[in-house]
Amino acid sequence: MTAVVRDPVTADPAPIPPSRPTAGPSRHRFRAAAGFAFGAALLFAVAPLALSDFRLSLLAKYLCVAMVAVGIGLAWGRGGMLTLGQGVFFGLGGYAMAMHLKLADAGPGNMPDFMLLYGQLDELPLWWRPFASPWFALPATVLLPMAVAFVLGSLVFRRRVRGAYFAILSQALAAAMVILLIGQQGTTGGTNGLTDIQGFFGYDLDDPVNQRMVYFIIAGTLLALLALARHLIQSRYGELLVAVRDSEERVRFLGYDPATVKLVAYVVAAGMAGLAGALFVPAVGIISPALIGIVPSIEFVIGVAVGGRATLLGPVLGAVAVAWARTALSERFPGTWTYLQGLLFVVVVAFLPGGLASLVGLARRRDDGAARPRRFGRLRLRRREESA
Amino acid sequence: MTLIRGRRILAGAMTLVAAAALAACGSKTTDGNTSAGVAADVSGDTVKVGLLNSLSGTMAISEVTVRDSIMLAIEEINAAGGVLGKKIEPVGEDGASDWPTFAEKAEKLIREDRVAAVFGCWTSASRKAVKPVFEKNKALLFYPVQYEGLEQSPYIFYTGATTNQQIVPGLDYLKAQGAKSLYLVGSDYVFPRTANKIIKAYAEANGMKVLGEDYAPLGSTEFGTITNKVKSSGADAVFNTLNGDSNVAFFKEYKSAGLTAATMPVVSVSIAEEEVKSIGTQYLEGQLTAWNYYQTTPGAANEKFVAAYKAKYGADKPTSDPMEAAYVSVYLWKAMVEKAGAFDVEKVREAADGITFEAPEGLVTVDGATQHIAKTARVGKVGADGLITEVWNSGEPITPDPYLKSYPWAGGLS
Repeated sequence: MTAVVRDPVTADPAPIPPSRPTAGPSRHRFRAAAGFAFGAALLFAVAPLALSDFRLSLLAKYLCVAMVAVGIGLAWGRGGMLTLGQGVFFGLGGYAMAMHLKLADAGPGNMPDFMLLYGQLDELPLWWRPFASPWFALPATVLLPMAVAFVLGSLVFRRRVRGAYFAILSQALAAAMVILLIGQQGTTGGTNGLTDIQGFFGYDLDDPVNQRMVYFIIAGTLLALLALARHLIQSRYGELLVAVRDSEERVRFLGYDPATVKLVAYVVAAGMAGLAGALFVPAVGIISPALIGIVPSIEFVIGVAVGGRATLLGPVLGAVAVAWARTALSERFPGTWTYLQGLLFVVVVAFLPGGLASLVGLARRRDDGAARPRRFGRLRLRRREESA
Repeated sequence: MTLIRGRRILAGAMTLVAAAALAACGSKTTDGNTSAGVAADVSGDTVKVGLLNSLSGTMAISEVTVRDSIMLAIEEINAAGGVLGKKIEPVGEDGASDWPTFAEKAEKLIREDRVAAVFGCWTSASRKAVKPVFEKNKALLFYPVQYEGLEQSPYIFYTGATTNQQIVPGLDYLKAQGAKSLYLVGSDYVFPRTANKIIKAYAEANGMKVLGEDYAPLGSTEFGTITNKVKSSGADAVFNTLNGDSNVAFFKEYKSAGLTAATMPVVSVSIAEEEVKSIGTQYLEGQLTAWNYYQTTPGAANEKFVAAYKAKYGADKPTSDPMEAAYVSVYLWKAMVEKAGAFDVEKVREAADGITFEAPEGLVTVDGATQHIAKTARVGKVGADGLITEVWNSGEPITPDPYLKSYPWAGGLS
């Protein structure tokens, strides 16, 4: 609980049993269904009614980050792979979508505006062409990141690269991708990225109604990804994944191949990041190297750490909370918000190593009457919850 | 069991997605009114304007100085009675050196704060990110930094130089000095790459040779290889479009390689007084810069500006070209609003053409067609005191030509 301060990078997360023995299966299922219904009501009814168009579009952006977080929760929280390079997959998905939308904006046979400006190309480069078709571009937003993750994961996990080495490798990949994109200004838009995206499959993105539609698609996709993650976590595979995280050698000794187990989670996480990137583009209207490099890749992980990486909802809540705090703090204190944000991270990591989700776990344990925490500990936590 | 349950939940979620997509079913056709601009809120005694600069991140060091000079202009205008009888109320937002954040904050300033105009942005990438936001909301941005041209948005006023007011005059100067060959060094992003494209077209048309072209990643400090290549090329001059910290490393290497301003001068377009201080005068003395304004530019308007700036922010703070352009942009907006008699964006745009202002850099005139301003080009030499003194100027303000249409050699560029 709170007494132990863990190093978030190297220490194994607190082992969390895959299923809670106190709750029966029916109660469990009911809880899950109720949770999803509550989440859906919040996202589909409360948020659109309570928020202005501008705030709703910000929420759409946060939810995209949350999708990446669901994948990181799976790969890092459950699988123990510190994925510090998810920006790469987010970027692949985002660029695949943005390339298609830019081509669609330009119209058939035309080239995107920036290419004429910076590239002075006579015709569309070969590798852009397939993206003109939505039947290629849409699957590519998910399959491309998954394929890259598969190749990388196959090489890395078989060679038993893990821990800090895996994290460094992920970071290097993110840095390399940024350098590549910036260098190819004529065909990728360079540092500017792909901007000024007007339409989304025939719908004008300037129209608030259509922005709302994009939000609904994002909210629905997030719920679907959560359902998928829950399914994986609760399956036999999910238990195997946790086993690999906690003791890879023992799992190997039992006859399983830990590399394959890890690869699946890594590839799924990459697919989720790709999908998030793809939906980020119509929501925000831009994809650029600034969104996929080392710093944003770390920020994805920070959200997950703040929320609680080993739980299902923790990463989502953490990602949304961090992104929201970033907006709220920077609007309130434009000059000093970075310090405040840093302070928040320190406080969470130091006093709540299990993330925000451990607050929920604590409350539930209190309800169940099991394992009462010490009184002052509870008070301290509750106060923090209120101020958060 | 778990499998079935999971599938059921998955199916439920999928249905939700489909339902959401159907229920929302966005409107394919816009009637034109839905995306109309948000009118600025001018109901009170004050009028809000947005200040959108990076206060954190790599660009903060430059952009904070711009914000400071915008604040100075706002204070002066308020002290003199405001605009149309209303005091200006600045609303600051941090772009955080991150382009999508710029877009988010621009939208917030326009839609939530309902500002009458926004002043700020530095990098081209941040401008490209906010451009659709301003166009969509029909709101005004005043962009105060010299840039690579080839752009014209109805909702942006460009108060810094475009290429024909900075880079092209800089090349003219080198040509007049007898330079026959150039070496191009730049940071790896849009401005240097585009600028170098223009430089190469110019060189080809004017009988100059480009002996090499090298890019370093933004923030790179590895210049050993590049300086060696520059040295062995034997070029008459170097055209430098490096940005930020990289300049420090580049000029140190340049000096230690034995290259000097006398043997192979460097013309820089992103080094102003503020940067000279941080790079170190000993490395830069005698090197050239191309701008439209220096702290040493003569004239009563500049004396007043420099004195006011130093009084407010400290005697050791230099003033630079982007700061001056930002300061001027607030006054230009004021003049446009007063001529229009309203804060309404379309009226302000209509009133813009022909507005003049006695700026610290000299007389500037707004060109309504391009929404750029006519300004005098200057080439200066870095002195031992860290200040830049003018060695050449264009004599009169140059009409902005962002697409270089009046230059035959630039035909293939845009």
